[in-house]
Amino acid sequence: MNFSQIKEKLKDKTVGVAGCGGLGSNCAVALARVGVGKLIIADFDVIDEGNLNRQYFFHHQIGEKKSLCLQQNIHLINPATRVKAHDLMLDSNNIYELFKDCDVIVEAFDKAEMKQMIIEAVLDKLPQTPLVIGLGVAGWGDNNSIGCRQLDHLYICGDEKREVTDQLPPLAPRVGIVANMQANTVLEILLKD
Amino acid sequence: MDITLNNRPESFDYEKLTISEILKLKNYSFKMMVVRINGRLIKKPEYNLADVVDGDDVQILHLISGG
Repeated sequence: MNFSQIKEKLKDKTVGVAGCGGLGSNCAVALARVGVGKLIIADFDVIDEGNLNRQYFFHHQIGEKKSLCLQQNIHLINPATRVKAHDLMLDSNNIYELFKDCDVIVEAFDKAEMKQMIIEAVLDKLPQTPLVIGLGVAGWGDNNSIGCRQLDHLYICGDEKREVTDQLPPLAPRVGIVANMQANTVLEILLKD
Repeated sequence: MDITLNNRPESFDYEKLTISEILKLKNYSFKMMVVRINGRLIKKPEYNLADVVDGDDVQILHLISGG
């Protein structure tokens, strides 16, 4: 498949991205670059200076809403990708409404309890929709510990071990690897048929 | 009973166990997880109730923070 054929296939696809932080912002940008037609993104948070060590935002955007800034940043990269941005806190009730028409959903939260919430909500309410999660992104180095595996419609990217702590912060390289691994998994799903 | 736990064969000297009992026997002290028995989602309030029996496929996914 050449890139024109890939773009042609992707232009009618919709991907949901739950969270616009380290995983979500980088994953969404990768998907927009290759030509995914529509992205539905959601986050309640605002950009903090500490986020710039890994998240796809700029210094002048500090204090602004993540979902709306990510929409703007994607538009600057590929205006052909339509972005529906939701400035809200996702929960087990609104996930179905927001993401029910998505071909694939990307889990891009930071907190373990939010990861649990979206996995259970999608398995419950959208059991046929592939869900690609990021799990284990903290620290630096040790590339070979990062992998991807599939459990039915659930795809797990990351090392599944390293939790973020004060001494093991999330940083651009490793978070970016997992975010792009999630985007790569989304492409594999979208391009397979 | 013989089951599959996280894609690996596992034997227990019991005819059936609940998810809570399996977590204890395996020394799993995960705070956050997603549990499925034969693909069926088991939520936290059911960990004490859901029976695992011979031949079951059990997935316990440990969730950690970071993103």
